[in-house]
Parts: sequence; C-alpha cells; structure tokens
Amino acid sequence: MKEISILIGGQAGEGIKQGGNLIARLFNRYGWNVFVYEDYPSLIKGGHNFSIIRAARKPIKSHKSKIDILFAFNQDTLKIHQKRIDKETIVVYDPQETEYKRGIKIEMDKIIQEQKLPSFTKNTLVLGATAKILNINFGLVKKLIKEVFKNYQRENLLAAELGYNLAPNILNLPRLRKAPKPLLTGNEAIALGAAKAGLKLYVAYPMTPATSILHFFAHYEDKLGVKTVQPENEIAAVLIAEGAAYAGVRSMVGTSGGGFALMNEALSMAGQAEIPVLFILSQRVGPSTGVPTYTMQGDLLFALNAGHGEFQRIVAAPGNTRQAFYLTGEVLDLVWKYQMPGIILSDKHLSESTFSTEIDLREVKMEKPKLWKEKGGYKRYLFTEDGVSSLAFPGTKNNVVKATSYEHDEYGITTEDAQRIKKMIDKRAKKKEALIEELKKKETVKVYGNKRSKIVLIGWGSTQGVLEEVAEELKVKFVQIQYLEPFPKWELEKVLKNAAEIIDVENNSTGQLATILRSHGFNPTRKILKYDARPFTTDELIKKIWQEIK
Amino acid sequence: MARNKIDSSILDTYAQNTWCPGCFNFVIEGVVKEAILELTKKGLKIEDFVLVSGIGCHAKIVDYINTNSFYSIHGRVIPVATGIKLANPNLKVIGFEGDGDAYNEGIAHLVSAARKNTDITVVIHDNRVFALTTGQYTATSPIGFKGKSTPQGSLERPFNPIELMIASGATFVARSYAGNPAHLKRILKKAIEHKGFSFVEVLQPCVSFFNPAKFYNEKIYKLEDINHNSSNYKEALARAREWDYSDSKGDIPIGIFYQVQRTTYEEMILKGKKLLNSKISQKFQEILREKI
Repeated sequence: MKEISILIGGQAGEGIKQGGNLIARLFNRYGWNVFVYEDYPSLIKGGHNFSIIRAARKPIKSHKSKIDILFAFNQDTLKIHQKRIDKETIVVYDPQETEYKRGIKIEMDKIIQEQKLPSFTKNTLVLGATAKILNINFGLVKKLIKEVFKNYQRENLLAAELGYNLAPNILNLPRLRKAPKPLLTGNEAIALGAAKAGLKLYVAYPMTPATSILHFFAHYEDKLGVKTVQPENEIAAVLIAEGAAYAGVRSMVGTSGGGFALMNEALSMAGQAEIPVLFILSQRVGPSTGVPTYTMQGDLLFALNAGHGEFQRIVAAPGNTRQAFYLTGEVLDLVWKYQMPGIILSDKHLSESTFSTEIDLREVKMEKPKLWKEKGGYKRYLFTEDGVSSLAFPGTKNNVVKATSYEHDEYGITTEDAQRIKKMIDKRAKKKEALIEELKKKETVKVYGNKRSKIVLIGWGSTQGVLEEVAEELKVKFVQIQYLEPFPKWELEKVLKNAAEIIDVENNSTGQLATILRSHGFNPTRKILKYDARPFTTDELIKKIWQEIK
Repeated sequence: MARNKIDSSILDTYAQNTWCPGCFNFVIEGVVKEAILELTKKGLKIEDFVLVSGIGCHAKIVDYINTNSFYSIHGRVIPVATGIKLANPNLKVIGFEGDGDAYNEGIAHLVSAARKNTDITVVIHDNRVFALTTGQYTATSPIGFKGKSTPQGSLERPFNPIELMIASGATFVARSYAGNPAHLKRILKKAIEHKGFSFVEVLQPCVSFFNPAKFYNEKIYKLEDINHNSSNYKEALARAREWDYSDSKGDIPIGIFYQVQRTTYEEMILKGKKLLNSKISQKFQEILREKI
C-alpha cells in the first residue's frame, strides 16, 4: 500500500474536524506522511462538513478526489461524495441515519446513546474503527487519546474501544520506521515563523480563514512571548500594529480580503512613513462576502496594488507549511531591514489544511535592523546611500523621532517643496534596488519535477503541493514563484528560458499571475483555472493538464 | 506667577507655521509646550513624550513641537497611540484630534479606548467644523450650520461627546476652552498625569469658518467654581447635559466632569510584562512535540 485516503462527513457540530485530526495523528505516529483537507460551510450546527485525510509513504502536500474509506454520519455524505466512491471504497455508515447498498454498518449514534457517552465521542469511535479496519495496534490509539484528551478521557477511550470492536479488519497498513513529524496548519506555521523572527505583538480582528493565527498566538502566549490584541475593527488593528512598530516592537496583523480592504489606508501610510509592518492576507472567495469558508487565489493583484499612491512593499506567497514558516520569518525580518510594509499571501487552503511538516528552526533568523547609535542629531528620514535610514525609537535621550504620513523632509517635518518631495520619493525608491540585490541571494523562485522539461507548469501559493506532485508524475517542470514583489524577473528569465509551453495554473477565474507574467515580458501559453471555491486535487489537475497538452 | 514662567521656545521647530492668523491652535500649541515642560520639571522626561495627531488644522501641531511625534491619518489617532503605549508603557502618549477625526471618522476608536481605559490622553480641538477642507459641518456643529455642503443649513442634531465619554467608561472626562489658556493648561496637566484614558475636549473657535467666541465667553462657567463632585457619575452626566451643543442656549460648564481610577488596558494586556526588548526563551520544540 502506497497511500490511503479517508473521508469523514456529517453535520457541523459533530466534531468532524477533530475526528480527521485524530486519524491524521494516528497515521503520523505510524510513520506515514499526512495531509488533511477540511471543508465546511459558514455555519455552526447542521450543513455538511467533511475532512479528507490522505496518508502516503512519500511526502505529500495535497489530497486526491478518490477515497479509500468513507465514514458517513448521514445520508447527505453519501449523496454528496458519490463521485469519490468506487467499488473498492470501504463505506462505513450508521444504518439509523443512512441507507447504502453495501459496506460496514455501525450503529454509531445508538451505541453512544446506550453507553451514555457525550455525542462528540463519535469521532473517537471512528478513530477506533479506522485502526481496526487498517489493522493498527489499539495500544497506539489508546496512547493518542490519553495525550489528546485531558477531559473526558475515559469516555473517549470507551468510544474508541467500541469502534475498534465493532469494525472488521479489512486492510493491513504497515507501520513505517519513520519518526513522526509535527502536523501543522499553514496558519500555525505562519505564526511560528513570525515568532521565530522576533514578533512581539499580533493584532487581529477575527476573520476566516486568518482567525486561527489569533487563536494560536493566544493559546501559546507564554511559550512564544507574542501578545495578542483583538481591537474594535481591522482599521484599529493595523494602526495599533504601526504605532507599536514606530515604538520599536515587531508587530503583525492578519485578516482576509475584506479586512485587508479596510486596512488599505494604513498600508499606504506604512509606505509613506516607512513603518515596518507585516500583513497576513489569507484569501477566501470574493468579491465581497463571497464564500467565506472556501478557498480562492483572488487577491494577488489586490495585494500588489493595494493602498493609494506609489510605494514599495514586499509580497511573498508560501505554498505549504514549511514555506509558510520560513517565508513569514524572512519577510518579517526584511520589512524591518527595509522599513516598509510586507504581505504574506495565504488562502483558506494553505491556512487551514494540515501538513506533515519538517521545520528547521534555524532557517528563520532575526537580524538587527539598522539602528541609530549617536547621542542626538537623529533624523528619522536621513538620506543614505541605500535609502534606508537608521531607526531610533521614542524614549531615546536627546533624539527626537518624528514619523509622518505627510511627505516630509529628513527630520520628519511636512514639506510641499517640489525639490524636497522628489528627493524623498527617490530616497524611498532606492530601497527597492537594495532589496532586489538582497532577494537575488534568496530563493525567490523554486523549481520542481523534471527540470529539463520544456513543458512548464507555473503557479504561486497554495497550489504548490498539488503542482509539485503532478509535475513529478507527469515528468514536467513546475516553477513556483515565492516572491511576487519585488517580482523576481532575474530568476524567471533563467528558469523559463527553454520553455515551449508555460501553463499557468491558478485557483482563480482570470489568471492573475498570467497577467503579471505578461507585464514582465513572459508569455504563458495556456491557463488552467479553477474557481469553484475548492482547491485542485492531484487527479483532477492531471486530467486537466492532459486535456491541454494531449 | 510671572517668575515661574518657562521659556517654551526650546520646543520650537523650524517648520513654517501655516495656521490662519489669530487661530486658536496657536494658543493650544503654546499651552501644550508649557504643560510638557512643566511636567518635565516634576520628573517626566522630555524624550518620553510622544504626540500623535490626525489630519486637519489641529494636526499640524506635531510639526511645531520638537518632541517625538507620529503624524498619522484622519480619525486614527487613538489606535496609533494605543500601539505606541502598548509597545512602551513608559511613554506619555498624547493624541490630538479634531472633531472631524474623533467624532466623525474615528468614533469607534474613541468609544473603544474609553471603554478599555487605554492609558493615553486625547485632546480634541473641537472647532465644530471641518476647517482645512474649507468649512463643512461635523458631528458637533449646531443644527442649521451653513457651510459649503449645507448652504441651507445642516439638518443633523449634534451629539454630546462629554456625555458619550462618561457613558463609555472614560476615567477622566474634561472640557476646556482655547480662550482660557490658564484653565486649559491646568486641565491638560491633570489629564496627562491621570492614569487611564483621559479625554479633554477643547472648545476652539475657528476664526475662518465658525466662530462662536462671543457665545462661549458669555455662557462658559467653571465647574471648580460650583464645587462639582467629579467622582459622582450621575452628577457628572447631569453637568454634561447642561449644554447640548446648540449655538443659542444653555450654560457651558468647563473643567473636570468625571474622574475615577480603574485598571488600565495596558495593565490588563501586558500583566507586568513588556514588549520592547523583551527576552523570553521561546519554547518551539515543546509546541512542535504537541503537534505530533
């Protein structure tokens, strides 16, 4: 067995997410690589939720459409996922809720009621059943439950045991001799990367799919030393962050498109006042409220162009948890080095999916920014060779620190003088040149698959996992752009030089990366776009690529 | 008193002043400089003052005072000030806002800061008009205000910021008058010294677009002259309601309406820890182990 995919489906409030997470952890401890996709509508109880847990011998960062084991808590689950099921799929269902022509009947609800167990233990029952179906030692299940559940441990153990005893053994999942890896969501990896790069303050107003960053920092406040603030709205969030950055504290905000739209005026101020601040923009389906709990790569051009006036920014788009960790750390450090706003583009698919993650903590470093060391004579916007002025913070004896949203002179006093205005704009522009020189030494673009292939798949952000796997399978090249601003033209010229076909793959309806590529003189020959608010699966993308290049 | 007068010109900058001749902002600027210098004599350090302003005539004040400052955007003084204070609670953060900033564009921040008792001082230059945009009505303009956007007179009822601030939980609520610099300085110093959210509304005649100086001079009286009990919530609200921001009737009390002590936002959030230059040993490995 090379890999296995499991789907659990039911209503919101039945703890589908928890169940998926438990199964993923069990596989992880069994030495397998896992990826978990979570699909849920914008409601608290009812509707249809499902998790797909994929485990494989090889590293994976995506899921497939086809399912090997399906747990249906209700009839809807079977109806909705009919296309994922074939004759080999093992279907486990509750005959009280559901009818099906074949499969394994377990009266989950009835058993839980009879044993007077809390309803959420249905998930540990499913965990137990999974272990039995796959011939996984129950001892491991027990150990996992004991570690995860501080409360209701006895009840969960009982439920798991019932599931284990009621399910038949069908397959044999071998135990692999690999050490388990941390299972992280994109948002958790973003938070860890920022904390490693010296983040001290995270300010956010709740908005899916960025909210779990706020939860993570709040939960681990003592372990990471990052304070969280949840203010009255997104506008306050970003301005609190900028106020704190002015006073010398590394700060970050996180939101989705709508919240980011509210933050635009302050983004522009960070450009003008040269305030180092990092934005996490986790995209969901727009425009407007759109489809709030689903995924889309619709805000690339928005991130690049947001804010009035002309100013430099840094925009990077990680594609998986490992990249989320080091890119967030790297960009937080860069915004302090170059004193400008930065944006990390994530989306629901990266932010909320769970990945087996190998993180090298040393990959994220914190460099000291250029600091003013003289006693007095400070000029916040002093002209320098690379355009970067030294930082000083209020509270420093004999130095006056004046930040401003107005165009200004070196001291930070408002100016409307033609020459001074131009000089200050040129000063800020110089920072871009220095930044590009630095980025030339970094991995702005990553290449996967068959590096000699003339067929090139190109993408950015959360499609990385699916594209990497597809490129390997089809033996073509995949180019992932990690830095979108400054745009790494120098690197793309190298990796796209011999391409006969450049196929732009994006989770949006217009092909925003293709537009950017064209503006830089590259020529994407085809576009494969998916905009039904769901991420690509590997099998689906392979089919689409075959249709294009057959 | 004269021999105690301090030379506030040491806080001057080289910026060219662009307020209208006779503007009451000159008074406020002078008073702020004196108040800061007098407080430094009482032990506060000049480098610990940070002035934050919004956008409008008032906002230019930060260009004219040689202290740390953050010239921010319209209506957003309070969150910027909150961020600065959270980052470094040693700083004395004083926000300056116009009525347009505080009462129109950024009212959510004003109410929230009062509710949370953020330890900052907010000074409102309430000239009851948008002046830098050449004269439109604001949330405290009287009904019938004739400006370029309301040539027939504005239709909207003004609200009472003093009442709103008391009701929202501000722990220091005061009103002063730019036509009485001595009073303004007294109130301002007390506001800066107050621990918690201190709100000072300064009635400021606008010499170009709305000048009720005569009305103010007739109607204003000092709360200190009537033995007002500023720790009594009901009494404070009653005094606040004596004037409804009309331009024809009511007596206008100035002074401290309300002052109480309550735990500040920063104390609650920071719990004695600091953010600036904080060094904690981060426990990444522990978190990663939990995720297995």
